[in-house]
Amino acid sequence: MGVGIEVRGLNAWYGKNQSLNSIDMTVAANHVTAVIGPSGCGKSTYVRCLNRMHETIPEARAEGSVKVGEMDVYGSGSDPVEVRRRIGMVFQKPNPFPTMSIYDNVAAGLKLNGFRNRKQMDELVERSLKLAALWEEVKDSLHKKSGASLSGGQQQRLCIARALAVEPEVLLMDEPASALDPISTSKIEELIFQLKQHYTVVIVTHNMQQAARVAEFTGFFLMGSLIEYDKTEKIFTTPADKRTEDYITGRFG
Amino acid sequence: MRSRFQQGLDELKEKLLRMGGLAEQAIDRATEAYRTRDSKYCQMVLAGESAINDAEREIDELSLDLLAMQQPMAVDLRFILAVLKINADLERVGDQAVNIAQRVLDLISEPEVQLPVDIPRMADSVSTMVQRALEAFLDGKAEVAEAVLQMDGIVDRMKDEAFIVLVQKMQNEPAVTRPALNVLLISRNLERIADHATNIAEDVIFWVRGADVRHGGAHYRQ
Repeated sequence: MGVGIEVRGLNAWYGKNQSLNSIDMTVAANHVTAVIGPSGCGKSTYVRCLNRMHETIPEARAEGSVKVGEMDVYGSGSDPVEVRRRIGMVFQKPNPFPTMSIYDNVAAGLKLNGFRNRKQMDELVERSLKLAALWEEVKDSLHKKSGASLSGGQQQRLCIARALAVEPEVLLMDEPASALDPISTSKIEELIFQLKQHYTVVIVTHNMQQAARVAEFTGFFLMGSLIEYDKTEKIFTTPADKRTEDYITGRFG
Repeated sequence: MRSRFQQGLDELKEKLLRMGGLAEQAIDRATEAYRTRDSKYCQMVLAGESAINDAEREIDELSLDLLAMQQPMAVDLRFILAVLKINADLERVGDQAVNIAQRVLDLISEPEVQLPVDIPRMADSVSTMVQRALEAFLDGKAEVAEAVLQMDGIVDRMKDEAFIVLVQKMQNEPAVTRPALNVLLISRNLERIADHATNIAEDVIFWVRGADVRHGGAHYRQ
């Protein structure tokens, strides 16, 4: 099951440039939350701070409190590897391991975590591919085909299956459909909707219609600050802040 | 991209205001027909109906295009929804003006009788309501729209009074039943136009403030 996320006073920097300013945000468990905003507003930085991916960039750092369920992400005893296992991530461009088979792609995270039981691994691979709505399309070529031989949309669902295989509680998605055609996009969106039964999903998107379609809650970021955060219906019909309205109606800047 | 969208919104507004002008004209002509008992004005109202109907279709079509092509959000989305609803109300205003014109044609086919109802005064209030509602739409002024909502009660009372005195008149003088019934129906038509003006004002408030003030409340989205 998914868990809630409590973010308090989160700040982030790239070198001397502050890219997030004291973000407070409560993300509901088993819901889809969208993060929107113009390029450079800090939305990708924000989700990358949730699973400590931000600090993997040289000179990047973050401060503040992020609690995912009971786990204190920035607590003193926190292990980044365990954090990233429990908070999976899917990126804009599908990035399967090109030479590995479909099966090995999904099992990669499990193997990395020292998982050895073959039968259980088979089950987890199947379960993950089913959850990612890819199983029916690839079940006969799990070992024959490489990740790179799949279409773009299939590759992205393969990456989602890979993220799900290690049984995370939260799934972060950074523009997961922006490189896909409309049919693949609608499959991913449908999938996101299904996934919230098992996971808490946070999705970064440039596509506001997509945010409106998939998310129950939406946060609008601008210049590193969270300007407005509310139910998606409210944000897209009657936003409270003029800056939100200007952005979503294209009158920005 | 956006400026094309803005052009579309401006065009929509202009078309709706032009249609509003036609609807106002229809009310004024119908009232003039009643006041002067001149069938020429009735004919003008009847002939003008198709222009209002055409405008309604055009506005619906442009709204649909903008919704499909531009996928508007927030204030733009509320604007287009308001336009669609106001459009339907204005078309109904046109229908009511036609109904009045038909009643007047029936009235003037018989000798004039004096009835204790001031239809021109009622029509004046109703016409002002429509005018102010369209003014509120033109300028996006919710305060002006609120003033329109206040006026609806006055017109309702006028219609109720007309009902009482006309029923009494028909009971006392059965010979005037036909003209009295026509005038009663006209007062009912005018009251319906006032209701449409009220709807228009409510839609303006929804567009501007995002508040649903129908049925006597102020409901803001939670």
